[in-house]
Amino acid sequence: MMSRTILAVDDSASIRMMVSFTLKESGYRVIEATDGVDGLDKLRGEAVDMVITDLNMPNMDGIDLVKGIRRNPDSRFTPVIMLTTESQDARKHEARAAGATGWITKPFHPEQLLAVVRKVLG
Amino acid sequence: MIEQLRQTFREEADELLADLELALLELERSPGDEGLVDRIFRAMHTIKGSSAMFGFEGITSFSHEVETVLDLLREGRICVTKELVELVLSARDQIKAMLGAPGEAGETDLSRTGEIVAALHRVTGTAHPLTAAEESESADHRRPAETGAETTCTIRFRPDREIFLRGLSPAHILNELRELGECRVTVHTDQVPPLADLDPALCYLWWDVVLTTSQGIDAVHDAFLFVGEEGSVEIVASPAGEAVEPTVEEVGGSDGRALAAERDNGRESQRGISSIRVTADKLDQLINLVGELVTVQARLSQTSVLRNDAELVGLAEEVERLTAGLRDSALNIRMVPIGSTFSRFKRLVHDLAVELGKDVELVTAGAETELDKTVIEKLNDPLVHLIRNSIDHGIESPAVRLAAGKPARGTIHLSAVHSGDSVLVTIRDDGAGIDRAAVRARGAVKGLIPAGAELSEKETYNLLFMPGFSTAEAVTSISGRGVGMDVVKKGIDLLRGTVGITSSAGEGTAVTVRIPLTLAIIESLLVKIGTDCFVIPLSLVEECIELTRLDVARAHGRHLADVRGRIIPYINLRERFAIAGERPEIEQIVIADLEGKRVGLVVDHVIGEHQTVIKSIGRMFRGARGVSGATILGDGSVALILDVQQLVADEEQGDYAYAFPATAEFMAKEKPTYA
Amino acid sequence: MHEETVMEPSQYLTFTLGDEVFALDIGKVREVLDYTSVTRVPRTPEFMCGVINLRGNVVPVVDMRLKFGMPATEKGVNTCIIIVEVRVDDETTVLGAMADSVQEVLDLGPEQIEPAPRIGTKLNIDFIQGMGKHGEGFVMILNIDKVFSAGELAACEPDESEK
Repeated sequence: MMSRTILAVDDSASIRMMVSFTLKESGYRVIEATDGVDGLDKLRGEAVDMVITDLNMPNMDGIDLVKGIRRNPDSRFTPVIMLTTESQDARKHEARAAGATGWITKPFHPEQLLAVVRKVLG
Repeated sequence: MIEQLRQTFREEADELLADLELALLELERSPGDEGLVDRIFRAMHTIKGSSAMFGFEGITSFSHEVETVLDLLREGRICVTKELVELVLSARDQIKAMLGAPGEAGETDLSRTGEIVAALHRVTGTAHPLTAAEESESADHRRPAETGAETTCTIRFRPDREIFLRGLSPAHILNELRELGECRVTVHTDQVPPLADLDPALCYLWWDVVLTTSQGIDAVHDAFLFVGEEGSVEIVASPAGEAVEPTVEEVGGSDGRALAAERDNGRESQRGISSIRVTADKLDQLINLVGELVTVQARLSQTSVLRNDAELVGLAEEVERLTAGLRDSALNIRMVPIGSTFSRFKRLVHDLAVELGKDVELVTAGAETELDKTVIEKLNDPLVHLIRNSIDHGIESPAVRLAAGKPARGTIHLSAVHSGDSVLVTIRDDGAGIDRAAVRARGAVKGLIPAGAELSEKETYNLLFMPGFSTAEAVTSISGRGVGMDVVKKGIDLLRGTVGITSSAGEGTAVTVRIPLTLAIIESLLVKIGTDCFVIPLSLVEECIELTRLDVARAHGRHLADVRGRIIPYINLRERFAIAGERPEIEQIVIADLEGKRVGLVVDHVIGEHQTVIKSIGRMFRGARGVSGATILGDGSVALILDVQQLVADEEQGDYAYAFPATAEFMAKEKPTYA
Repeated sequence: MHEETVMEPSQYLTFTLGDEVFALDIGKVREVLDYTSVTRVPRTPEFMCGVINLRGNVVPVVDMRLKFGMPATEKGVNTCIIIVEVRVDDETTVLGAMADSVQEVLDLGPEQIEPAPRIGTKLNIDFIQGMGKHGEGFVMILNIDKVFSAGELAACEPDESEK
């Protein structure tokens, strides 16, 4: 089976590396982006099966990224998981309303990340 | 690889710490700057979160302590002091040292972290160390499967139609259930519309599942983790053996009658969740009691901090948490879908269209959007008026429409959607649009603007809402009843909402009304002038900046402030309210954003955010200007809630310069030197 | 003119404003509070002191001396706020009346009450329900509903002079 492609968007290099490392170890292909703008850019050239993004980022935050993803016919059904330390409900609702699929609260363990990826990708 | 990750984290943390240091030093100079506090909080928050992921446990728990204090600061519960800044700085230095420590982090001087934490508690009067436990709780692994006992559950899964648009796949969820044990799935297709009406992006199906699993009920709930509140999932578990076997026939027997009964309930109700009717009075009483509880709780929190008694503070925090939960639940009970109001408008549109010889269709969306009951009641009249306007002035007669190449039948879209803590209700017609030149001309005729005044699009539409402006060229029986859009505006102002218009000639007009979800409790900013406290609804507040004597002198007595190059008019509330006493050396300007128009309110001090339970000040003060209500503060005293819109409107009528931003810009140009 | 309304012996709460003694039908009085700090509502007439917190409710307070054209109340140990229920436009409103002191509760029969004199008081005649005989002197029995009637409250239009 062709390996699935996941776009990891985070302005923090360490988190990006950790996500990327974890997913690659489990056989996923990973593309990295540093913020929402970069993320949308990378999506243009690639068929991505899933997006994992931080919430608070410079230039374009996770919520606007989700909105952008949902606006594009090619990615409107792509699962988007939000990765953040904000466990505030208001932001969560906002993200959900924008079309985010789910949520992982930092800090998390690699296994948790993988469990969510498996759940969402089926 | 792990060491490489840790190294990357160290570098990042170094950057964050450097920024933290800068922000702290700036904060010492401008202690009122909430942006800085936020920046500091975020940096500490990120350090805490990331350090936990890369195994710097010592830093995690320590930064958690500091973050707790910063959170108090952010909430305005404590103030910026020199001592506090010093302490956070030394905490920052300590984290830096811990980062650099070789090998396992956290081996550095533990006594030093203890000292700093203790000092922080002393300075802030906060309690006992909160460990990072509450944070890591959410990070806990899924509970180990409870093996052994088999459970049979019946699950009814009715995803919301838009489930695909959130990237979720019901098929994946069902597969996950299948992995849990023996599983029988029944799909229901009764909601699927005829092909012509079918939108392939929506999910019309729903499922009943009978699952026997030994993985425990939590695993079942976990499968629906991301389904959220939008859809409905009902899981009824019973130990194997006494499992009620809901046969396929029975499930398939969600027949017409059952469905009709469900619709009667106003929404697609779920089996097993029953509803009861209560009178509105009882609900109001509940809300009042919760309101009082919130007030008393604020007082308790304040007292506990003052007493510096760790146990009391702990209790107060617990009460605070419970109160917040109770408040949210209580307010939630009053939420009802706006749909009942919408359906009434169908008839209204029909009748008006007939009366005016027009052909108009009303299309509604978002009928399920929930709003506070009282808000919905009060929203009715303004909406009726706006719809009347659309039909009367917006939609053209069929002949005119056909001549313009439009379908003879006009359409009015009425939609409601949640947006943050408000609901947006939009009335959009595909009529003629608003003739801006005519509006300007009329504004001049009515003396609302000087002849030939240059107005932006927004300013032009704002004229429509001014008293004394009636759009009706010929008085019709529909809108020409002496009540104009100013009444609509007033009605919406009363709900603390805003209204905006966009329009394009020939294509139609959209009026958007933004209404807060509830009227009972709002977030606000507590400010002080002399000894008097006032609260300003936080939804209006954009930022707070300082106003020094020098700034005042530079503006040559004009009430204009230079905020990063923008000229913002302000109202000096001390003057406006005739409050005696000396103006402090440095005052604060609270910048409010009124539908894009920025206006400053000058106060002595900004105290912080406040959970405001709105109380009426009674009929006796109905005539009072600039005050919309009152609230009771933690110390039992009463603070008034400012009616910012009214304050600004009064100011505009009193002083022409404030009414037109164009004038303010002109003044900006002749402003000397520092541009 | 008010004889019908005071046929039965009734109880009245007496209070002072300056050296004058006034009385209120006890049925209108909810409670009497010690003076507490009042939050002023900006740009309202001076007689309207502001609002207080009465166990979680916001209640307006009126300085009775100013209302009756006397100099403002000087706050002292006896200063008190009488919480009254008034009916305005068929609506019951609770408000506080600030007085110099509260005296006692009087029983007055109809025979002890005389109609208000047309002249001889500084007060608006409509405010007075009658004159109660008490010892050597008289107490003025107030018609509190009239004192706070819609017209009287409407007097609180924004005070332009403060601008």
